[in-house]
Amino acid sequence: MTEHSAHATEHSPHLGHHFESLEQQHEANVFGMWVFLITEVMLFGGLFLAYFVYRAVFPDGFTEGSHHLNIVLGGINTVVLILSSLMVVLAIHSVQTGNNRRAVMFLALTILLGLTFLGIKGVEYYEHFVEHQVPGALFVYEGERPELAGAVMLFTLLYFTLTGTHAVHMIIGMSIVGVMLYRTRKRIYSPEYYTPVELTGLYWHFVDIVWVLLFPMLYLIGRHS
Amino acid sequence: MEHGHHGPITPIRTYVIVAVALMALTGLTVFAAFTDLGPWNNVVALGIAIVKATLIILFFMQVRYSSNLTKVVVIAGWLWLMILLGGVFDDYLTRAWRFPGT
Repeated sequence: MTEHSAHATEHSPHLGHHFESLEQQHEANVFGMWVFLITEVMLFGGLFLAYFVYRAVFPDGFTEGSHHLNIVLGGINTVVLILSSLMVVLAIHSVQTGNNRRAVMFLALTILLGLTFLGIKGVEYYEHFVEHQVPGALFVYEGERPELAGAVMLFTLLYFTLTGTHAVHMIIGMSIVGVMLYRTRKRIYSPEYYTPVELTGLYWHFVDIVWVLLFPMLYLIGRHS
Repeated sequence: MEHGHHGPITPIRTYVIVAVALMALTGLTVFAAFTDLGPWNNVVALGIAIVKATLIILFFMQVRYSSNLTKVVVIAGWLWLMILLGGVFDDYLTRAWRFPGT
């Protein structure tokens, strides 16, 4: 069944009985994934809102908090995630053109870049622990303006909540990419049917976008002042 | 452009150009953060982030080629996020305002 005739489509083993055609099924799947992603937008949106509100209420404390972040590591991680997103689209392109071996390689590179991101994030977290910048009983602030201590700790609290929630999404994303790698290797996906790889890509890019927004929010705003 | 089973297949060249643009914008935003632009520093940082997010959504997430239904969902989602943020900030950012006679 190399021809994409209507007849061949109707009898595709990947076609659910409640769909007319693979095209319709694909459109419904992409639509559903986006509805899910919008719920994720709302999850992160609430956290972003909390961050911006407290930033508006305590501008000096949040600027001070930003200055303790490692802008080089944050910047490198941004590039790492952009590269990982590129690997995902190249993997999808490979499946689309029937080259599953190449797709497996790109998916493996995606996971590798995801691990690199988490490793660098881990180095940053380690630095925060050593320098007592973790909110809680061990938090120490020794800046020029002791009255900012509470606001700086609030910044670190939101920093860990935001980057932690993002990191959890990275781990989930890498796990799903791992499943896609296995199934692509098993040749379950082909130019005729590769929707799950595409939807996994949507999730991965969403997590990338969250970091693209977090990087300026946490590391860059107030850097100059 | 080739056509796959689910519509057009984006050429690799497009993906690479978008990735390079995203990295260039990352460099630009870091550079801008260390430059004194007065009150525009925050606007530039968030503006560049939104441009980057839009590039990812349109090209990497294929929304440019998606059905109108999907486009509506994407636009509606971000619109609601703007209502969430805007609705709260029209309060917080105007609390310091004082009007004659109040």
